[in-house]
Amino acid sequence: MNTPRFDSVRVGDELPALQMPPVDRAMLALFAGASGDHNPIHVDTDAARRAGLPDVFAHGMLGMAWVGRVVTGWAPQSRLRRFDARFQGITHLGNAIRCGGRVVEKLEHQGEHCVRIELRGTNQFGQTKIVGEALVALP
Amino acid sequence: MIDKKWIGHELPVSELPIERGRLRLFAKAIGETDPVYSDLPAARAAGYPDLPAPPTFLFAAELDSGAAFGLLEDLDIPFARLLHGEQRFDYHRAACVGDTVTVRSIVTDVYARKNGALDFVVKTSRATNQRQELVAELRTTLVCRR
Repeated sequence: MNTPRFDSVRVGDELPALQMPPVDRAMLALFAGASGDHNPIHVDTDAARRAGLPDVFAHGMLGMAWVGRVVTGWAPQSRLRRFDARFQGITHLGNAIRCGGRVVEKLEHQGEHCVRIELRGTNQFGQTKIVGEALVALP
Repeated sequence: MIDKKWIGHELPVSELPIERGRLRLFAKAIGETDPVYSDLPAARAAGYPDLPAPPTFLFAAELDSGAAFGLLEDLDIPFARLLHGEQRFDYHRAACVGDTVTVRSIVTDVYARKNGALDFVVKTSRATNQRQELVAELRTTLVCRR
């Protein structure tokens, strides 16, 4: 992977977006096992209904992992200094999340040239489900 | 309202061995196509001794150990009312296959919002490796709907 150079990155630059397929039950079952989050509300429709929800829904951390791929697809993970996410809404079955990022600031952080990237995951109806930020150190 | 007495509560220590099969399963589960996360030669070419844990993977430590669920029981938060509000990671060094990561967490805040309709619990964690080097710090905000 070619690491972007600090001098060639500009505020406003968009990172290549990532379009995820629609959320389905198989995806949630796989993530439950892989992540260790066995909360039945994400994989068992009966449990979701008992909780007053229409059906199972995606783990917040699945969305965060998708958004993280936008960053690690742009710069190596070894450059990632900070990553945070706010979960803004439930990602339902059938939601196809598009993840994107944009450089919003160039700064010095603990002696390194860094860029601050705003991140967002939005479904096909324009509803934002996750917003976040990454701090990436660049050469 | 969750009792503020829980501020300062330490969770049981969680140990997460970083394993190749688990990382490959995680990569598959998040649709990761970058070979760095599943192919050993690609990981080595990128400068890692083995497959690296992706950015959010360490969250698994307290799920695997049961410490995360234990906290929910202690605080009397049923799954049905639980939301993950925010998550933050500060990274210090890579965790790769062969490493064992130890996570130590403490409840750092408990507060209510919207006239008690929502309870917030903030947990901060330090993840260290088998050489006692700091790998990452985590900050988790849980929300309980009343």
